[in-house]
Amino acid sequence: MEDLHLEFTVVPDDFTRAGEVSGKVKKTLKDLGFPPLVVRRTAIAMYEAEINMVIHANGGKITVTINPDVITVVFADSGPGIPDIGLAMQEGWSTASEEIRDMGFGAGMGLPNIKKSSDYMDVQTELGVGTTITIKIFTNP
Amino acid sequence: MKVSEIARLVDAKVFCDCGEDTEIRCAFACDMMSDVLAFVKNQAVLITGLVNPQVIRTAEMMDIPCVIIVRGKEPTPLMLELAEDSGITVMNTKLRMFAVCGILYNQGLPADTGE
Ligand SMILES: Nc1ncnc2c1ncn2[C@@H]1O[C@H](COP(=O)(O)OP(=O)(O)OP(=O)(O)O)[C@@H](O)[C@H]1O
Ligand SMILES: [Mg+2]
Repeated sequence: MEDLHLEFTVVPDDFTRAGEVSGKVKKTLKDLGFPPLVVRRTAIAMYEAEINMVIHANGGKITVTINPDVITVVFADSGPGIPDIGLAMQEGWSTASEEIRDMGFGAGMGLPNIKKSSDYMDVQTELGVGTTITIKIFTNP
Repeated sequence: MKVSEIARLVDAKVFCDCGEDTEIRCAFACDMMSDVLAFVKNQAVLITGLVNPQVIRTAEMMDIPCVIIVRGKEPTPLMLELAEDSGITVMNTKLRMFAVCGILYNQGLPADTGE
């Protein structure tokens, strides 16, 4: 199988649509016959990152590369950036507003959960420029 | 425990029936979807008082086959549309969260221990 490249735009400020991309990719991976755990781990990591793009940045781009051995996903936004990534990676640390908490998010669990759900995670972030997160999930653990 | 049995025990109204015979092995109760995403490990039933589309999306990502909405809140049309697409059963009950948990636990449905 040749590498499959998929590109998506995440629209800003539309909480009801957040997760659409993750849902689509999950269905694609399932249809391609990847093991359920691989599909679920990818979906969880993607959904957390996609929600972050909507609530903390102003949307962005998601690029997915599917290869039989590894699924690579790049999340790129031009949001405010993350001031202290060490802090942001800690469980429970969040700058989410009361409004976001009322919608069921903002526990400060997302970034740590992305790390836990994937086999590789890289975060590049610059204040006022944006954040790019790259994750890899190996398909034969 | 079958989904139909759960609905009967907590006197729930089923809105979107995607498999009354689906077997449920454990449960997780929470209003924070962040925590559902971080803690649920098995295909648990989700008991929640939160009503928005992200409840269904979260269930979809986690392979959660059934969502019970407590305190008589009504699922929105978009939630039901998403649930239908993903094959997730949605029901609501007038009971409060603690009561739903107690009833199901008493009848032998254990917690999702995260293992
Ligand atoms: N793409 C991003 N752009 C800017 N800041 C971000 C981005 N992603 C995360 N952050 C910052 O890092 C913090 C921690 O993120 P994390 O996903 O762990 O928690 P959260 O989104 O606040 O809550 P949860 O994910 O549990 O719903 C956020 O509160 C926010 O300040
Ligand atoms: Mg988050």
